[in-house]
Amino acid sequence: MVYQSHDTIAAIATPIGVGGISVIRISGPAAFNMADAVFRGSAAAKDSVSHSIHYGSVVDPVSRETIDTILLSVFRNPNSYTGEDIVELSSHGGYYVSQKILLLLYHMGARPAEPGEFTLRAFLNGKLDLAQAEAVADIIHSKTERAHKASVEQLSGKLSAIVKDLREEILNICSLLELELDFSQEGIALTDKNTVVEKLLRVEKSVNNLSASYREGKIIKEGIRVALVGKPNAGKSSLLNVLLMEERAIVSEIAGTTRDTIEESILLDGVEFVFNDTAGLRESIDTLELEGIKRTSRAIEGADVILLLLDGSLNHSPEDLNFYNDLIEKYRNSKSILWLINKSDIKTKFVNPLGIDNPIWISCKTHEGINALKKRLLETSLPHYDSAAASVTITSGRHRDALEKASLSIGSARKTIEGGLGGDFAAVDLRGALNYLGEIIGITTPDDILNNIFSNFCIGK
Amino acid sequence: MSCNPAIGGTAKGHLVREIDALGGEMGKIADATGIQFKMLNTSKGPAVWSPRSQNDREWYSKEAQRRVVHQNNLDVIEDSVAEIIVKLNTLKGIRTFLRHEISCGAMVLCAGTFLNGLMHTGEKNRVGGRFGEAPALGVTESLRSLGFSSGRLKTGTPPRIDLNSIDLSKTEIQNSDNPPIPFSYHNEKILNRLIPMYLTYTNPATHNILEKGFDRSPLFTGRIKGVGPRYCPSIEDKIFRFADRDRHQIFLEPEGYDTNVVYVNGFSTSLPEEIQFEGIRSIVGLENSKMIRPGYAVEYDYFPPHQLRHTLETKIVAGLFLAGQINGTSGYEEAAGQGLIAGINAALKIQKRNPFVVQRSEGYIGVMIDDLINKSTDEPYRMFTSRAEYRLLLRQDNADRRLMRAGFELGLIAQEMIERLDEKENIVEETIRYLQSTTISPAKINPLLESKNESPILENDLLSKIIRRTNIGVWDVAQVVEIENIKTNLLRADVGQQVEIDMKYEGYIRRQNEQILRFAKFEEYIIPEHFDYTLISSLSTEGKEKLHKIRPRSIGQASRISGVTNSDISVLSIFLKQLEGR
Repeated sequence: MVYQSHDTIAAIATPIGVGGISVIRISGPAAFNMADAVFRGSAAAKDSVSHSIHYGSVVDPVSRETIDTILLSVFRNPNSYTGEDIVELSSHGGYYVSQKILLLLYHMGARPAEPGEFTLRAFLNGKLDLAQAEAVADIIHSKTERAHKASVEQLSGKLSAIVKDLREEILNICSLLELELDFSQEGIALTDKNTVVEKLLRVEKSVNNLSASYREGKIIKEGIRVALVGKPNAGKSSLLNVLLMEERAIVSEIAGTTRDTIEESILLDGVEFVFNDTAGLRESIDTLELEGIKRTSRAIEGADVILLLLDGSLNHSPEDLNFYNDLIEKYRNSKSILWLINKSDIKTKFVNPLGIDNPIWISCKTHEGINALKKRLLETSLPHYDSAAASVTITSGRHRDALEKASLSIGSARKTIEGGLGGDFAAVDLRGALNYLGEIIGITTPDDILNNIFSNFCIGK
Repeated sequence: MSCNPAIGGTAKGHLVREIDALGGEMGKIADATGIQFKMLNTSKGPAVWSPRSQNDREWYSKEAQRRVVHQNNLDVIEDSVAEIIVKLNTLKGIRTFLRHEISCGAMVLCAGTFLNGLMHTGEKNRVGGRFGEAPALGVTESLRSLGFSSGRLKTGTPPRIDLNSIDLSKTEIQNSDNPPIPFSYHNEKILNRLIPMYLTYTNPATHNILEKGFDRSPLFTGRIKGVGPRYCPSIEDKIFRFADRDRHQIFLEPEGYDTNVVYVNGFSTSLPEEIQFEGIRSIVGLENSKMIRPGYAVEYDYFPPHQLRHTLETKIVAGLFLAGQINGTSGYEEAAGQGLIAGINAALKIQKRNPFVVQRSEGYIGVMIDDLINKSTDEPYRMFTSRAEYRLLLRQDNADRRLMRAGFELGLIAQEMIERLDEKENIVEETIRYLQSTTISPAKINPLLESKNESPILENDLLSKIIRRTNIGVWDVAQVVEIENIKTNLLRADVGQQVEIDMKYEGYIRRQNEQILRFAKFEEYIIPEHFDYTLISSLSTEGKEKLHKIRPRSIGQASRISGVTNSDISVLSIFLKQLEGR
């Protein structure tokens, strides 16, 4: 992507396809002239005040053919999304009409916008900082209301403001330490060690809270992955169908990597749960099935929650029980594991050989226990952190990494002071913390990260 | 010396060590003429330890002159510069007041506080660069006519009083370190007779007296236009700004062996003479003191240093170098560091050799010059350890390891010194290797650990781990080492200290080195020399103006320019990246 601010760019800003309206956005120094060249209406863009809307039509200047009646919105620099002159043409939806208008604009000298270029311009013009620019991509891609809210918060600059405050606090602590190092000869009263340690602890905690919000942020953005594990006749598919039917809110239906695993996603209380219906377990040993088992293991590995579904009407073999035991042993500390006992409608023979704690009895037939299951799913999967303390939710792994590194650095600075070493040592790590936090808002961001961020946009934004 | 006859101090001592490692004279002269030596901040980490000396004023300037006069191939002409002759932006020579014309391909202008110097005491003022010496006239005007911009700064000096009139019994005696640690790597010991300094304090009565004169202080009446240093403030500034403090430190510093002149350090002032006198006499121990000379403030012209390259050559006139207060710095050590760099580069230019620049990661001298160019300062620049982001690596104890080889390449350091440095580094390395690979048994080390309040070990442990304990030093380890030459190494002051610091603070040193690497790529991200910043409409107005004015070499340098914002840097990096991509 070559950035030339003297270029004027244009693109369709709404999704391609048939819709109610379609918005064509033009940004750059010639935006008004280009729009005026094709627009016949109550006023010309170049004579209009910023933030005004005008009714009229788009006319092909060569053939004099009227393409569409439209609304034209004018945004004058610097009070626009990109910080440049912007015109938005709201045409009637439809691929043909909006493409035709776009082509006219290209003829007038507009250049097709590259992916993310409007946002890149906004960033380059200082309208957005790095974290805000990333939020734009997230907003576009957000699938749930919560995800949308988190991104909007980030776009409003809330995250940047918090990170700036954290840097400010660290800088203040640095100044306290520096005062002692450079001016102790001048008889100035110095801050005592405990006060510095307290201040460091406070910042460390804020940074940790912020990075802990990533778990929620990730859930908000990507959903919770649930692996449904059980024998083929245990009722995995029925359960999935029940959940889907109840919710009537299929967010997406993605074909699994094989015919044996299927991903379905549902919304519970605004949180997206992505269910992976794994292949049946241990029912045969032919090669095809072995492959299926491998895939099942992968699905389990990638899950946040494991649902173990047993058929309550059957006895279980020692092999089955060993398999479940191994699974629990392996993931006890890293994932939430819920036991479901199906077919509660049938008089059950099921005994509790594994000493299963607190199983959920369900019936896919009568829908008994389904609400209890949903409640438990929400309880176990939403993270337990002080959400009041972190006033903003981070949704990017890049931010989380930077925060974690910053927290480690602040921690070692604190340990340095506690251990009785001087401010000159603590300063090394505090400088590290400042650098890491700076990466979030783009102060010390290596340019590969910058490039990476801007290639993640769709055209028109 | 127009201020007190002292060399070094916090961060300034680092500069002196670096000057010495590069082959400069300051440390040698300070060692030769010192009457008191102290290592400051020894209660703190090694990065802020700083050597400082008090010197005999007369002796220092004689010794300095002697070294100048005895320098081979150097002619000394005493005259004043009246005009700088430049053709096509290239230095051609100078014209002096005595109408001599001296042609030259390079010159270093070190004007001190003399350019249109104006001294103030109360409501009186007179022209001059320091007590008893005339100002330099014409140079500022000559440079301005060449297109340079200039500004005005001020600095001050305290009154001098008679030693015989002080009741020393009422003051706190400040003795020298003994034996003193020399500044210079060329000196092993100092044999000068050492004399004490004296500490007393101002009190509320002093403050009341001085406040009476505020309405006649040139600082408060606006008669002084120049901006003074925040960190080396006058006593009236201190009383005004720290109104809640009821006392300030006053160091009484005899200016030499055979003089009764005492420098009242901490009492820099430009108040009227009679107010100064009354104030001095309200201080404990100074009740009957006689004032030999009142303090005064001096105002002078300087040239904002963004007009310089990192070699200290001006951007406008090839061959013209500026160093010292003319660049807006305060202090002898800052001036000496610049003088050395400017001198080296002037010589290299004549010899058509590559310029010599100290990087920020290599020395305080590099930090200072880079700051001068990039940070617009409107007060005199003074060195602090906090200005050095890689402070832990830039210690006064390792200036030789950092810079002496460069000094040798430049022909300023003798072969013998480099051989000594190589030998020392080999021994340091050998000793560290030994400590890292040798274990010690609990029976042998525990008595020592317990005597030092350290917890005993339960099984054999590496000596390198023992030395990292807070209360254990290289001397302690030397007691338990069995190999004789390692023991000798550890006890050798210059080796032992390096071993101890390198080992004890290994983790911090490593992290600091990582930070350097991380930023190195920004330093290597070069901006084309004639880059047109007006091409990027999205730079902030101030950022664009500063970038255009300073013309940074790299993105790293650009990011340090005051007024250039983070988003300016992001914009600039993306823009340059795309230029490359084409």
